[in-house]
Amino acid sequence: MKLKREWIGLGLTAPAYAWLCVTVILPLAMMLYFSFLSKMPMGNAEPAFSLRQYMAFFQKDFYRFLAWRSLMLGFHVTLFCVLIGYPAAFVLARLVKGRWREAILLLVVLPFWSNALIRIFAWTMVLRTDGIVDQMLHFILPGAPSIGILYSYPAIVIGLVHSFLPYMILTCYISLQAIDDTLVEAGQALGASNLTVFRRIILPLSLPGLFVGVVLIFVPVVGAFMEPRILGGRQSIMLGTVIEDQFTEVFNWPLGAALSFTLLAIVSLIFLAAYPLLKNRLKVS
Amino acid sequence: MTNFRSLKNHIVKTAGGLTALVLAMAAFPASAEELHVLNWKGWGTDEPWAVAEFEKETGATVVHDYITSYPEVFTKLRTNPGYYDVVVLNAAFVGQAAEEGLLDEIDPASLTNFPKLFPEMRESPQLMIDGKVRGVAWIWGVTSVTYDTNLFQTPSTSLEVLWDPAHANRVCWRDDPEDSVRFAALALGQNPDEPQDMKAIAEKLRALKPQIKAFWKSEDEWRKLVAAKECDLTIFWTSSADRAIADKFPVSYIVAEEGAIAFRDSLVIPVGSAHKEMAAKFIDYMISKGFYDGWVKAGGAPVSANSEAMAGLPPHSLARKILAAPENLKRINFKGPLSEEQRQAYLDLWQETKAYFAQ
Repeated sequence: MKLKREWIGLGLTAPAYAWLCVTVILPLAMMLYFSFLSKMPMGNAEPAFSLRQYMAFFQKDFYRFLAWRSLMLGFHVTLFCVLIGYPAAFVLARLVKGRWREAILLLVVLPFWSNALIRIFAWTMVLRTDGIVDQMLHFILPGAPSIGILYSYPAIVIGLVHSFLPYMILTCYISLQAIDDTLVEAGQALGASNLTVFRRIILPLSLPGLFVGVVLIFVPVVGAFMEPRILGGRQSIMLGTVIEDQFTEVFNWPLGAALSFTLLAIVSLIFLAAYPLLKNRLKVS
Repeated sequence: MTNFRSLKNHIVKTAGGLTALVLAMAAFPASAEELHVLNWKGWGTDEPWAVAEFEKETGATVVHDYITSYPEVFTKLRTNPGYYDVVVLNAAFVGQAAEEGLLDEIDPASLTNFPKLFPEMRESPQLMIDGKVRGVAWIWGVTSVTYDTNLFQTPSTSLEVLWDPAHANRVCWRDDPEDSVRFAALALGQNPDEPQDMKAIAEKLRALKPQIKAFWKSEDEWRKLVAAKECDLTIFWTSSADRAIADKFPVSYIVAEEGAIAFRDSLVIPVGSAHKEMAAKFIDYMISKGFYDGWVKAGGAPVSANSEAMAGLPPHSLARKILAAPENLKRINFKGPLSEEQRQAYLDLWQETKAYFAQ
């Protein structure tokens, strides 16, 4: 009976695994294969097995500088998403009730309904010199200097925070609203202050949501290329844009793939290093 | 039971309807031949009036796909063999594409407008390889420097203006490795096709650090920058500058004494195209005087390779002004072919330079 149930479970999940295998694992495996080739196996090219593409990362200083830049971008965007997203989710899950909560949740996911490229171009209209923010400032304070920050690092951070903030709010919200109110009441009944209740009960229980939010934001932001290119100006170069150029400018998929996997390895190492710190706390859920 | 029967009837009806829809959709393409064209966005072949005229004349449906760099053409042709029927390709890349076996031979007899092309363009060794036509000369244009006409009473005649501290943080540069290297080579008096001193070129590009405001890749991005008054000077294309001037952008154009870069675009038919006859008809239409006249009228066309069509250029066009000055023509450097190694080296240099800009 138990065996039959296992077979049914396997049968029901098989389409999902097959889909994942075809759409995620297979392309990634192909890219991993390409990253070990000297050139793309197309046309008259005769590729050979080579570690040259991976060596390039260690031979050229600017790749390492750009990897560091991309990691810092990931850190800054994730930090701002936590600072804005967690309190927003807290208010939504613990303080707002009824229909208001549904309405605000709808507003949170609203950006997902528009195309990411359109959102970024909209930011160029807001952040540029003589843009919407600048015009509002000059309406209130005529003669004030321009505060247009388009084509700068902060512009990239603003665009990416706007794009990824809903992930943080949603994952934290799910964790926070699942916390049993009686735990909070028990804490308060035992004389704990609101700060202690937050620190000892709410924050530890909501950590899994926070961690998932961090992963969902940090990983794609580290590889971002569209937002930096449109908003960054002279600051636009990141490892993501360099990888994009290998694919679109010179057809060097092996180098593009090798740089992508190197970045993936660095990000994995960061999470691996953080895992022992989080392991016990994440068990709470 | 009744519910089950009703559900069954509903499913049968829905399935019947879907089958009819699928059959109708399958029947539809048979009546309209689909021609897949690969080009830059807004670069002639996708002019709405032209597409409508060609579709009306031939009954074909023209479907466009776009690139943001010429090397991307190679990616698309290698990864989607047989999908594209007509591709716009810079003449400097045609030899490499032909050598790789990506291009089909084009029969010039199938093109009524072929004899009207300038002989030196239609028989260019970049397009006629081993006596076979691999690319049909279409248009050409110049990449040089635009300046803000509100700012400059008398424009500079030297590329050095791009490095002038008076325009710090006010230069908008084309984000292109090859053009960047070529402009630095021109500014240094080196041969842009075979630069002798790459170290000096790297230094010259690095010296742009305080000057650069932003990079652009497409005409649309350039327009956003200039409309927002972010640039005193830019690197740009003549025909696109013509279009911008027609739209009242306060810009004009120079061919500096050190020179400018020129590109030659051709139309090619990739190997494996299922609609070669229709592709040839499309190319013939694209190189016709009728199409070029319409493109000029629509605003800001580059220079045609068709000698008859050239008369269609309005007297005020930048292209005509540039062509009217023989000293300008002498200073124009037509891009020659680059090897894959050179392209990779230029990209590495440009990325390293941009990383330095970001420090």
